[in-house]
Amino acid sequence: MANRAFKIKPAEGISAAFVAAFVLVPLAAVIWRAGTLGGFSAADWAALRFTVGQALLSASLSVILAVPVAKALARRNFRGRRMLITLLGAPFILPVIVAVLGILAVFGRSGLVNTALDALGLPEISIYGLQGVVLAHVFFNLPLATRMILQGWQAIPGERFRLAASLGMRPRQVSRVLEWPMLRAVVPGAWMVIFVLCLSSFAVALTLGGGPRATTLELGIYQAFRYDFDLGRAAMLAVVQLGLAGGAALVALWVSVPSGFGAGLDRVVRRYEAETVLARVGDGLAIFAAAVFLLIPLGLVILNGIRGLSVMPSQVWEALGVSLLLALCATALTMVLALALARRGEAVGYLGLAISPMVIGTGLFLLVNPVISPMALAFPVTVAVNAVMALPFAVRVIGPEMRALEADWGRLGAVLNIRGWAWLRWVVLLRLRKSLSFAAGLSAALAMGDLGVVALFASPDWATLPLQMYRLMGAYQMQAAAGAGLLLLMSSLFLFWIFDRGGRGDVDV
Amino acid sequence: MRHLAFAAGIFLAGQALAETPVLKVYTYDSFVSDWGPGPVIEKRFEEVCDCDLQFVGAGDGAALLARLKLEGKRTDADVVLGLDTSLTAQAAETGLFAPHGKTPKVDVPTPYEEAGAWSDPLFLPYDYGYLAFVYDKTKLSEAPKTFEELAASDVKIVIQDPRSSTPGLGLLLWVKAQYGDQAEAMWGTLSDNIVTVTPGWSEAYGLFLEGEADMVLSYTTSPAYHRIAEKDDSKAAAVFEQGNYMQIEVAGKLAGTDQPELADRFLDFMLSDAFQSAIPELNWMYPAVTPKDGLPSGFDAPLISDHAVLIEPAKVPAMRAEALSEWQTALSR
Repeated sequence: MANRAFKIKPAEGISAAFVAAFVLVPLAAVIWRAGTLGGFSAADWAALRFTVGQALLSASLSVILAVPVAKALARRNFRGRRMLITLLGAPFILPVIVAVLGILAVFGRSGLVNTALDALGLPEISIYGLQGVVLAHVFFNLPLATRMILQGWQAIPGERFRLAASLGMRPRQVSRVLEWPMLRAVVPGAWMVIFVLCLSSFAVALTLGGGPRATTLELGIYQAFRYDFDLGRAAMLAVVQLGLAGGAALVALWVSVPSGFGAGLDRVVRRYEAETVLARVGDGLAIFAAAVFLLIPLGLVILNGIRGLSVMPSQVWEALGVSLLLALCATALTMVLALALARRGEAVGYLGLAISPMVIGTGLFLLVNPVISPMALAFPVTVAVNAVMALPFAVRVIGPEMRALEADWGRLGAVLNIRGWAWLRWVVLLRLRKSLSFAAGLSAALAMGDLGVVALFASPDWATLPLQMYRLMGAYQMQAAAGAGLLLLMSSLFLFWIFDRGGRGDVDV
Repeated sequence: MRHLAFAAGIFLAGQALAETPVLKVYTYDSFVSDWGPGPVIEKRFEEVCDCDLQFVGAGDGAALLARLKLEGKRTDADVVLGLDTSLTAQAAETGLFAPHGKTPKVDVPTPYEEAGAWSDPLFLPYDYGYLAFVYDKTKLSEAPKTFEELAASDVKIVIQDPRSSTPGLGLLLWVKAQYGDQAEAMWGTLSDNIVTVTPGWSEAYGLFLEGEADMVLSYTTSPAYHRIAEKDDSKAAAVFEQGNYMQIEVAGKLAGTDQPELADRFLDFMLSDAFQSAIPELNWMYPAVTPKDGLPSGFDAPLISDHAVLIEPAKVPAMRAEALSEWQTALSR
């Protein structure tokens, strides 16, 4: 056992080296080409303050609000629960502009809320500003946080709740003994992932932020690459971003305490302590509020998109095929890397989130260009970048469970001499079915909706669905673009659903 | 035997393909979409050139230039189409472009050129337009006619960020050209009219159509799109008394192209009727050379040249840096 824990397996080493190289070498290439790192101006300090401030607020709010929702979903069963859980994944995978238009249809100047306020003779509220940025980030990330925390709840063996009930524990005691340790283990990681995700926000922050006050570091990177072609400045901002993400990861590691519930027999979880009226009403409200907040903008996106479906050009369907293929390839690569890195390489896995995709893309471009036309490598590069960008989510989802698995079943495995493929096939794939399928669904949906790198490597022969959608918008075809957006949402959700079927959390497993 | 013939067929087809010269034209994304002029122009040029014309979409005008700088001398591009006059100074500085050697007669009312003349040795214009605030006539009965009127009104506008979008940069230069040292103060008075600033044109226009603002920074030709393509006459563009900022879109030949003759032919083709007649109703801009059938009905006549504001390309880089920091300061308060 000791041997097993400390020997680095080749798969682990190779995967870690691949991910680290894939992220850090492009950064180095950008720095090398620039020759120098840029300086930090007063405007950059303002951008840094805003970036960190909004990310702190967004991540904290997302996680705090997700706890009661996840708790309610973990202990209630009702019709439509499975569908609700799948739909909750939708905001996270929507292209930014589609989601923003959905949010504005509710909270914008002529949105539902202001129309209602106006009818009642009340003053209008403005979404533009820090409040709008945070609102949109919570819209994107509350579902992600909910899913991660829900998984934590489901990882508590049902036997522990039974034991708590037979000891006559009251709800508050159950919370302290079972739920609090689980939250200590799961919440810091979820918070960190969302914090880092919000650090690199730029289109949401700018559009809903209301102006240059809401400038993020990522916008600085974009500007440096596209308008000033100041590679040194872009690299410097990317290094700052990397530092922030690293800092957040350290904080999360420091706060997080492994829970150690031990193995269970996967029996039905019946939550004896939660059978009071008050708990039922509370849970109902939490689920209802989350569903209203997330599903109304989504519904408006769908309504708007349906009108566009009939006017979509055939290019959109070709792009759908490309995106599906890309998503499947990226998912396969993500899962291989995630399985290899989940036990001890989680930190390496996060690198993909910590560096701006603009920097990775540009660096790869610089590396590839002297050898071969970057356009020729557009597809494999896009697959690899998407795989590495989805990796943080996959390792976050799989990591804690993989370590628990080792702790709970590792000794038995060692005694029976189950290792290598057999361990993977008969223990990991069976026991981690839920988290593996959730991670795969997430990766596929993320790759489906990504716009970052492909735009840089754009080839004349093919385009992805998000790229095609933006091209339609750029040619006044807002209606067709809305249709393409709906198609993207549906296909992402479909992929997510297919993968996630095995893993949708059930009260009765 | 049949398999052999099949294999030989594939081989021969491959040979034939290899012998057809390929002309790669880098352009912005909206040009290459099905709704843009790209597909029509590709078909028309391939009918006469005995070549394979490939359009490569690379973001917007600024992204196009960035891509070119990244690729440097090794670029695959033979022609770049879609820069505008606020980018040409930077583009010329890269040394990647070759002189076109032509003295075309164009119908572009460039303020700093003699009528019909075009003197840029590297870049040729293919279309132009004017920035303008577009609004819905049914919702806004009286549109402001100056920046002062706009600032004094409670009309809400959505604009694009000059750090990430070409029309946004155009507005920045427009205000700077008109107000000089007073530009920062003008931005200060405009700030309460600005609902938000978006990364690009698409987001801004989408927000406007969703009713988030009364006016959006777009082009004087935008209403023509709604009028012709959507049979909707409700949109109008505000023509400002002191002029609207002009955008001239240009194309240039790369010095390192392996198809110099084909590239030259493309540039000639670009100013011919077959290309120019596709511009108004597919790119929604004014053609650089008016097609023989004139502008489509529903298109307003272009503004007269003394009504156009445009900063000379060479002066743009220095002015842009100053104007940008003023803009940022004024709107961050």
